[in-house]
Amino acid sequence: MDTIKGRVRKFGDNIDTDTITPANTLQLPTEEMIKHAFSPVFPNFYETVQEGDIIVAGNNFGCGSAREQAIDVVKHFGISFIVCESMARTYFRNCIALGIYPLLAEGISSFFSEGDEIEINFQNEEIKNVKTGETAPFKPLSGLPKQIFDGGGILPLLKEKLLKDS
Amino acid sequence: MSTQMNMVEKILARASGQSNVSANDYVMANIDMALVPEAIFKLRSVLIKAGIDEKEVKAWDPEKVVVVIDHRVPPTSVDNARTQKVSRDYVPNLKIKHFYDVFPGVCHQIMVEKGHALPGQLIVGADSHTTTYGALNVASTGIGVSEMAYVIQTGELWFRVPETINFEINGKLADQVYSKDIILYIAGKYGTDIAQYKAIEWTGSVIDDISVAARLTMGNMSVELGAKFGIFKADQKTLDYLKDRTDKEFQPVESDLGANYAEKYLINASEIEPQVAMPHTVGNVKGISEMEDIEINQAVIASCCHGRIEDMEIAAKILKGKKVHPGVRFYVAPASWMEYKEALDRGILSTLVDSGVMIGNPACGFCTGIQGVLAAGERCISASPRNFKGRMGSNEAEIFLASPATVAVSALRGKISDPREVL
Ligand code: SF4
Repeated sequence: MDTIKGRVRKFGDNIDTDTITPANTLQLPTEEMIKHAFSPVFPNFYETVQEGDIIVAGNNFGCGSAREQAIDVVKHFGISFIVCESMARTYFRNCIALGIYPLLAEGISSFFSEGDEIEINFQNEEIKNVKTGETAPFKPLSGLPKQIFDGGGILPLLKEKLLKDS
Repeated sequence: MSTQMNMVEKILARASGQSNVSANDYVMANIDMALVPEAIFKLRSVLIKAGIDEKEVKAWDPEKVVVVIDHRVPPTSVDNARTQKVSRDYVPNLKIKHFYDVFPGVCHQIMVEKGHALPGQLIVGADSHTTTYGALNVASTGIGVSEMAYVIQTGELWFRVPETINFEINGKLADQVYSKDIILYIAGKYGTDIAQYKAIEWTGSVIDDISVAARLTMGNMSVELGAKFGIFKADQKTLDYLKDRTDKEFQPVESDLGANYAEKYLINASEIEPQVAMPHTVGNVKGISEMEDIEINQAVIASCCHGRIEDMEIAAKILKGKKVHPGVRFYVAPASWMEYKEALDRGILSTLVDSGVMIGNPACGFCTGIQGVLAAGERCISASPRNFKGRMGSNEAEIFLASPATVAVSALRGKISDPREVL
């Protein structure tokens, strides 16, 4: 994983878990739930999203509830990276546990508009707007969260433990 | 490196078997208690999806896992009834002791009132408002259900030791101003990410003065400021609260003099007036005197944030001998059966009913659009912790957050009103 490129899907500040997955859709099967994902700020998001898109957002992405459906829908869309100024901690944890790579970079939100091309360089630890050439540094995952992410998330880890114990 | 530690650092150091930890260290910590609310169904399904035999996952210690069926109680659809049935059948596999089903309440209320959350402990729950027990000197926080599955089996989880910020609240709360108003005031003034990734230590003379219930509201809403933990020291009130709830031993923690804080904020509570969070974020706050007339259709006192005796008592005092405005549906749902029963025995519920309040069952319903669903264009004032768009029904409905006193007065008047005005 040296360099990743993708199309930017642009969000603002405080995108909460009720925006990502409205409470009254949580009981629906994932294929139905995704039709409502992000609907309060981005109606019909599911129709325009493409595999490999990258979310770029402002502060406090994923604030609110600890519900994992808010991760499931993003994964379901084929989005593997979320770039934001800051992320709510339960959402951050769930990203690590379930295999979405969170990238936090100060001031990043103002670099991008909807539809721009974004390049993430893991070697240089840099995020770039391909069109404007603007770059910002980010800190890649390290320590225990990196180990868990690299191992495929928390459930593969649990599976391993269960196998060992049996 | 300083060996002085604050409360959260002490708990994480003890739980990870180290003599000293400091902010930004990663630790693997032993969990003292784990709470799974109605998310138990989801927990089972993520295990199956991950190819794990869900029956193999068992509590690492039967005493240390609590399961509460609480969100959609009673079930609201056939599908819902089915998932609860599946959960009920599944729970015995976990080999746990504490399962609340028939006489439950909102999970966080159950945790504190049944003595499952004790000073000095490290607790995780599969729900974001697990921060509530900070009020009892607990480092408690929310995690997702996949991580919860790991905790149940292993009894451990990774943590990044958070930086801690200190909110010192001094002065005196004015009449009809409550701990809910302090939290909303801070959310409005400093933003809902002021404590992101951080722990909050709540101190000051006002914190000493207020009740355990009022502290629970602040621990609960610490997560609305982004906090991982929102912790209070244990004092005599804490010990009195726990006296008849547990016979287990516990070890409260106190911050060392000279412990590290990333930031300190001094708040003079005397300056705070009743606060209202406007739609659609908790940080969109106004002082009540700055507000124009806003008519409401619904009023709610319920949830893990309020719905305790003290809250219902405040409402009953305001409503006694008066009638709820004819245009307002006022729902009060006690946070648990214990609170329900006490409110019943003390006549609080009959005062409310006489005034035209509808009493709901103890559960999450009114807080999150399961009961009392709002139509497009409707407005609700609620003493619950969140007002996100769509949370109580239509995306076109509006939710305002306030203290139980402000909610009750607003229900009487039919519009958002100042509880300090004599009625
Ligand atoms: S009462 Fe509301 S905030 Fe509390 S646990 Fe239930 S849904 Fe969540």
